[in-house]
Amino acid sequence: MEVLKVEHLSKKFGSKPVLNDLNFSLNAGECLGIVGRSGCGKSTTVKIIARLMPPDEGKIILCGEDITNAEGVKLKDAYKNMQMIFQMPEDSFDPRRTLGQSIGEPLKNFGFDNIGERVKNLLEEVGLPPEFSERYPHEVSGGQCQRAATARAISISPKLLICDEATSALDVTVQSQIVKLIGKLCREKNIACLFITHDLNILPKIADRVAVMHEGKFAEEGLTDEVIKNAKSEYTRELLAADFFKMK
Amino acid sequence: MSKRYRPLIPFLILTGILIFVAVFAPFLTPYDPYLQDLEGALAAPNSTNLLGTDRYGRDVLSRVIMGSQTTLCASLLLLLTISVFGSLIGAICGYKGGKIDIFLMRMSDIFLAFPQMIFAVAAAGVLGGGLFNAAAALAVIGWPKYARISRGLVLTVRSMPYMDAAKMAGTGSIEMLYRHVLPNIAGPVLVTAALDIGTIIMELAGLSFLGLGAMPPTAEWGAMMNNGRSMIQTAPWVILSPGAAIFITVAVFNLLGDKIRDVMDPKNQRREVF
Ligand SMILES: Nc1ncnc2c1ncn2[C@@H]1O[C@H](COP(=O)(O)OP(=O)(O)OP(=O)(O)O)[C@@H](O)[C@H]1O
Ligand SMILES: [Mg+2]
Repeated sequence: MEVLKVEHLSKKFGSKPVLNDLNFSLNAGECLGIVGRSGCGKSTTVKIIARLMPPDEGKIILCGEDITNAEGVKLKDAYKNMQMIFQMPEDSFDPRRTLGQSIGEPLKNFGFDNIGERVKNLLEEVGLPPEFSERYPHEVSGGQCQRAATARAISISPKLLICDEATSALDVTVQSQIVKLIGKLCREKNIACLFITHDLNILPKIADRVAVMHEGKFAEEGLTDEVIKNAKSEYTRELLAADFFKMK
Repeated sequence: MSKRYRPLIPFLILTGILIFVAVFAPFLTPYDPYLQDLEGALAAPNSTNLLGTDRYGRDVLSRVIMGSQTTLCASLLLLLTISVFGSLIGAICGYKGGKIDIFLMRMSDIFLAFPQMIFAVAAAGVLGGGLFNAAAALAVIGWPKYARISRGLVLTVRSMPYMDAAKMAGTGSIEMLYRHVLPNIAGPVLVTAALDIGTIIMELAGLSFLGLGAMPPTAEWGAMMNNGRSMIQTAPWVILSPGAAIFITVAVFNLLGDKIRDVMDPKNQRREVF
């Protein structure tokens, strides 16, 4: 079943085209990794999908519903199916609220009961001790904060989880823990995942498919191993080469 | 009260005392602050008149106590007006943007460009003195600061990822405002206001000192100092008593403001200064 379908998405900032007739779809439980250089439009894509920014053209279909122009209750329904983990863990939490309050916010808004109990269970699921629900975002490490963000995102069991550079602000060892955690939770709960990164190296750990973004559309799309082992497009090869040198 | 607010307690007690004195001033004065007794004029501090008497024989202590009411009430009311009104304007500018924003912000620029005290002196002079007019002059010049601050804060808060996160958590726009926007801008606005109390007390007293604020015989600290100005060498208690009252009050409110700033900054929560 298709969880997300993006059709003919275009976006310009001023006269500068950022997205250029982008099309793709994502099945239930599948993880699509999107890679590309900085500034190629990855964040713009996810912001449009998450309805945090309007597209110039195109359609976003989430679980069969066209949410391109959804507002109010319809938009809230869309968010029931779609959650996001942001790049800067600390900034994605209200500094005046405890992690517990923030993790409980979607639960509360979507009418769940026993919120305190659920928050504790969620914290346990992402590998944090229950006391963390009383902590403020600045009182935990970046990795712990991103775990809490993961807890918040999966709390209402969405069908689609968007991770926009969810691990970029973390150091390498923590990065791989968080990637593993997100991958494990998505598989367990059959959540489709859109995993945005500029780092090709982490994709084999989580993504089933990879799309390489270049100049506002996908230069290449395919199974993760295939794209990495024998890239078809020139741009992907460049990206791989750049990463190769960076690793050395 | 949570542990976080504990460092505020001593300062809250001190300001509490000041406000208590101001509110219950009429019951706390040992003598009638307006009762003249020309025979006992300019008596040095003694056991009956603890802070001496002024040139009309009025008890200085009673007048200082009574003056706290005038000064504090006027200052706090003024502060409340400009901080609420200014922040509201700023918040609207930050939210709406566009033409309203441009218009209101240019207005505030104009007012910010005036040297504050000179404008207040001129305006109070034109309006003809009196405590209310002095406060009005300070209000006209005072609101843009709050408008600027709250506009900037609203713009910052609006662009934070946690606002997107809250939106995706299904939070409605009104809840968003009181759950996420207001609490995050209230701290800095409150801190600015708390740090401003001292300045406003001084400015109001200053205008009264210049004869543009409270009119005689009103017991007001600035006016009292003006009154004792010529006798600073012969009867220093007349000017020193209200002067000390201003000093202590301003110091207490400034310390409270500093402490509120420390406590309000969420990143400072665990820092104990003294
Ligand atoms: N609000 C905006 N106004 C104008 N231009 C923008 C805006 N947001 C993004 N851009 C531009 O659009 C392009 C794509 O930005 P985007 O944030 O989507 O890149 P990205 O692929 O996420 O990059 P990164 O890997 O650095 O996060 C960039 O060139 C950026 O300068
Ligand atoms: Mg980005």
